[in-house]
Parts: sequence; structure tokens; C-alpha cells
Amino acid sequence: MPTTLHNEAAVAGIGQTAYTKNSGVSELQLATEAVRKAIDDAGIQPSEVDGLVTYTMDSSDEVEVARTVGIGDMTFWSQVNYGGGAAVGLVAHAAMAVATGAAKNVVVYRALNGRSGQRMGQGVSGQIISSDLIHWSWYMPFGLLTPASWIALQARLYMHKYGATSEHLAHVAITQRMHAQKNPNAAMYGKPMTMDDYMKSRMICEPLRLFDCCQEDDGGCALLITTPERARDMKQTPAVIRGVTQASFEGQEQMTSFYRDDLAWLPEMELAAKRVYEMSGLGPKDMDAACLYDAFTPEVLMQLEAFGFCGRGEAKDFVTSESLTLGGALPNNTHGGLLSEAYLHGVNNLAEGVRLVRGESCNQPDKVDHVLVTSGVGVPTGAVIFGKD
Amino acid sequence: MSDEKKKALEAQIRAFVGKPVGPVVVGRDPVNEPMIRQWCDAMGETHPAYLDADAAKKTVHGEIVAPPTMLQAWVMEGWAMHEGYDEPKNEQHRLHKVLADNGYTGVLGTNTEENYTRYLRLGETVKALTVIDSISEEKATGVGIGYFITTKTTFENQDGEDLGSMSFRVLRFKPANAQAAASKEGESKATAQKPSRIKPPMGHDNGWWWEKVASDGVIPIQRCTSCQKLRHPPRPMCDACGSQGFDAIAASGRATVHTFTVIHYPQFPGYEYPIVSIIVDLEEGERMASTLVDCKPEDVSIGMAVEAVIHEDEDGFKIPFFRPAAR
Ligand SMILES: [Zn+2]
Repeated sequence: MPTTLHNEAAVAGIGQTAYTKNSGVSELQLATEAVRKAIDDAGIQPSEVDGLVTYTMDSSDEVEVARTVGIGDMTFWSQVNYGGGAAVGLVAHAAMAVATGAAKNVVVYRALNGRSGQRMGQGVSGQIISSDLIHWSWYMPFGLLTPASWIALQARLYMHKYGATSEHLAHVAITQRMHAQKNPNAAMYGKPMTMDDYMKSRMICEPLRLFDCCQEDDGGCALLITTPERARDMKQTPAVIRGVTQASFEGQEQMTSFYRDDLAWLPEMELAAKRVYEMSGLGPKDMDAACLYDAFTPEVLMQLEAFGFCGRGEAKDFVTSESLTLGGALPNNTHGGLLSEAYLHGVNNLAEGVRLVRGESCNQPDKVDHVLVTSGVGVPTGAVIFGKD
Repeated sequence: MSDEKKKALEAQIRAFVGKPVGPVVVGRDPVNEPMIRQWCDAMGETHPAYLDADAAKKTVHGEIVAPPTMLQAWVMEGWAMHEGYDEPKNEQHRLHKVLADNGYTGVLGTNTEENYTRYLRLGETVKALTVIDSISEEKATGVGIGYFITTKTTFENQDGEDLGSMSFRVLRFKPANAQAAASKEGESKATAQKPSRIKPPMGHDNGWWWEKVASDGVIPIQRCTSCQKLRHPPRPMCDACGSQGFDAIAASGRATVHTFTVIHYPQFPGYEYPIVSIIVDLEEGERMASTLVDCKPEDVSIGMAVEAVIHEDEDGFKIPFFRPAAR
């Protein structure tokens, strides 16, 4: 029995639908299309899949997906909580399942009509929240209703403490927009952005402007996870999981961890970093690229520090030195990320991590041995390192 | 509504009884085949006496006739009907406006009775005269208190021959919820419901906190009765000692801004924008989310001294806000 998830599982297939603003189809159709494509990408049959993992927020239940796609018997399924924080959790659950033999081939997926249907940006209300309604009720009556408003409170303090400015946030947004110009599937493909464009975009929740906020899209994305041994017999170059973990830190709340000592720091990300680096035997210097979760630009700065790419408070200098671009120290979100490709709740960032290891990114760096991918910021989250086999 | 006011209103509305709502209405078109055909299509009527000239020849009428239940359709005013009563066009509209202005804003058609004297022939012109026939006493109904208003319409052809009649009854009422609001304010004008902020659910773990805000006018801070540790937001167990026992202390209300955001978009009903949202450090050491009022968005800063103020919404909901501390 493995004691860590180092080299115990690999991503053998990825699949995605078109990312649009109005899919015109059901979320189940998006989910099953993405799942089917991940299975085809791996070159196996649906009947060989025996496990499924998705988000608690996903509307397409595992057995509905299984019946629709033609997946037969299943011996493992699970759902991961906390919105975008679940992304890496899906990989962790699937990796545990294949490493322990609970299942052989597990597909993880997320599909949403996130623009034409229920939009994240519309915020929380009494209608869509059930068990954690009381948690949200410490914020809703005060008008703190959207992800942007919650993250803005933390971003304001971070910028105040370290002297980061809108220009620094802009570097993240502009770099990823530039990356999206090579990605025809990106929402912002064909729409490059200048510093002036960024500065002119309207305020949403100060200091966050419109272009500090991610897309809202319809689409589906899926990954097929199996053991490295089986993956080697499949169609694609495996992206081996060097380490993967979920991470929730003391005092954690969902989006509102306002009660800890230092709001200008992401202790759950620091925990995730410590765990994946230990598991993989790697460090920040070994990462050739990253897909740092980017629902909002300041999240990228704070993660650069939590994962040790620079010191505390130094991310503002790191991002201005073109480090996040192709040819920089850490090409980040080479597909455009959530800011400029699509908001698939982070699963599209996982898919890009796999493409980078395969050498298939639309902005492929010369040498990629290891890629770091993270999930949601401000929520219980996680991190994974994909490596070349 | 006072008895005096009610008497005055009833006198005003009863003056309408017996009045024609307006002049005689003359049908816009004489009875004709295309209109009959359209009406039959819409109603699903397929009788050949109305639709098939050859078949109609063999009936007692000897030609196509109009369906009797179509009687009122010949004098309807068409598209103009959708325009509503903002500018009363006739006595019936004026009567309804008087009642609406006095809080009887609801309208419910209750029943209609029609009598047909004979079939209408092609080429006949229909004329109608509508009179306000009666107004009931004030009645209590399931939807609210109100008055039944009955109008009676008589139909004739161009030569004054009787074609039939119709009585139509509507209930004009005060919607039950508006009644409560009106009685509270001591006046009868119905008040529109203004959207209000999203309210907290009142659960075991948090309801007491909001109740204390409302009853004591303070910000309560939950305190473990075993080890005295304070905690906010409230939770059902002390994370330091495991005790479920708690009471609460009243915060002094003195606090400093730990961080803030100014919310511009999206804008939800029930809130006034921009909102200066703050996380404060209470003097007692706990942190809480709230709203900064009496402060321009450009004047808020981290570290600013603020003081609590219990705000009351128009609907009576009480919520603790902060304002810049007095010097
Ligand atoms: Zn205690």
C-alpha cells in the first residue's frame, strides 16, 4: 500500500468541450462530452472506466454520466466540496483510488453552464445555499455577496502591506491575455489587452477591476486518471502525478477566512506547497511552468509567495520582470487561465498542466519536466505536480 | 380607514350607480364572415352554420350567422383596451380609479351572465350601452376586503332591435398584505413592498445573536462559560476547551478597520451602492464583517478608528454597522 501519492497515478487522457457564453445544451451533455473525449484521448473504451469524481457543485451525477457515456460497473465515486478548491481534490481522490486499487481507471470532470445558467458572479443567496447558509449569513446581510467582494477584502490588505498596486495586478491579467491569443478555444482569443485597456476597465469591488476577474463560461472538462503502468499502455504520453494533496488550514472558512492573524498570506497554500514538495522531492526551482489558480489576479501574487517562487511581499517585483511569460522564470497559465481562457472552475488549468507535460501547449516552453497546478484560493484547496514520465 | 373616511368614500362611489359608463358603443365592423371565422378558429368552434355557406343554407337561418356567444366581441374596442386606467376614459374607469386611490388596488373578475335574444345576421351593426348597475356593501373575501361592482350591458342592432344583455361583476379589493401595512401606518394608501437586504436564517447557532442585536442594541460577542474564550462568528462549541456552554458579552463598539473594499458591482436589490464593506478588529480582540456608513468611499482607510451603530431598516430589521469614530 502506498504511503504517499508519489508516482502512484498518472493522467492518461484529457477532454474538453468548446468553452462558450451560451452552450444551448444541458450541463449533463457538456459533462458527458468532456468525459467521453478524455476516454477517447486515452484510447480506451468507456466500459474500462470504473470510477468517477466531480464537484459537489456539479449538477451531473456520477451514475447519470456513467449511463450516458456507456461506463458500466463502477467501484469508486466521490464528490469534492468548496467550489474551485475542489479542482486538485478531484485528482487527489482519483489518484488514491487507482493507487489503492479501489478503481482502475477514474475520470474526473466538471461541467457547467456558468454564463448562461447559474453564474458565480451573481453571488450567493438564500436559495442556492443550504447547509452552510449560516456561514454565509455573517456576510450576506452586509452586501458581501460575491467572490469578488470576499477576495477584494484580502487583496486590499495584501496590497496595503506590501505596496502592491493595480499595475502589478495588471501584469498578471495582461500576460495571461497574451497567452490566450494563441489559444483558439479561449474566450479572449483575438482580444489582446494593453495596460491602458486594463486601467480603463470599471471597478467591481475595489481594488478589483473587471479585468482582475475571471471569465464566466459554459463548458465541460475532464481528465482520465490511472496507474502509471496502465497509462504507459495507453495512447498518450502520461503526465505522472509526482505529488498531490488537499489542504485546509486552521481557521479556514469557505472564501471568508477573515479571522486568522495574517490576511495577506495564504496558509492553506503554504500547507499545500509543503506537502507536494515533500511528496515529490522537488522544490520551486524544479517547476518549469505553473497553472496557479487565477479567479482573481491578486491570488496569483499571493500563491507565488506561498509556493516559494519569491519571498513574502516580493511577488510584485516577480510579476513585473516578465517572469510569468513564455521564456520567463515561471510561465504561468500558458492557455490563458481562468482569466482569459475560461472559468471551468480550475479543471481547465489541470488540463493545461497535462498538455505542458506532453509538450502540447499552445504556448509550449522548451523544456517542461514539472508543472505545478493549484486549485481555488480562499477556500479549502490543494496542489498537484505533474511530471514527464 | 376611519368610519368618516369610509362613509365619504362610499358616498363617492355610490354616486356612480345608474350612470352609463359612456356613450353608446357602435361595433367597428358589421357582422361579417372573416371575423366569425377568426373567432371560431380561436375558440375551436367548428359548427358549419357559422363557417360553411352551403351547409348554412340548409339550416333554419338560410345563411351564415354569428355564434351567439360572440355578442360582446362585436363591440370590443380592440388594441386600445390594453392602455389601462391612468387617464380615465369613462365612468367605469373613474370609479375604479377612486377605489384604487383609496387602497383597493386589486381587481378580480368574478362572474359574467349573458342573455342572447337571437342569432346575429351578416351585415347587422351591433350597438351596446353599459351602465353601472350596482355596488355591493364592503365585503370581506379571501383575497381582502372590497366591493363587488356590477355593470349591465344591453345590445341592440342598428334598428334598435334587442339582441341580448350581459352583466359583469368584478371585485375591487385591498390586497390582504397591503391592508396590514395600511392599518399600521394609519392610512389607507397601499404601500408597495420595497426590496430589502438578504436576512440571516435564524438558526440555533446564530439566531440568538441577531435577536440580541435587535433587543439590546449591542454587538454581542459569544463567550465560553467554561474557559471564557471569546469567539466570533458564533459556533456551537469552544475550540479551546470543548465546552458547549456559552453566554455573550456586549462589545464596546470601539473598533479599527482591518481591511475594506468598496463594492460597486454587481448591485443587488435591497442594498445602497457603493457599499463600503469592512472587516473590523473589535476592541475585545474578535474580528467581524460589517458595513461602514457616514463615510465617503475615498475616506476609508486601514487602521481607521470606527464605532458601532445599530442600523434599522425600513422593515424593522436591525443590523450592526460602523461609522467613523467621534474625535
Ligand atoms: Zn472554552
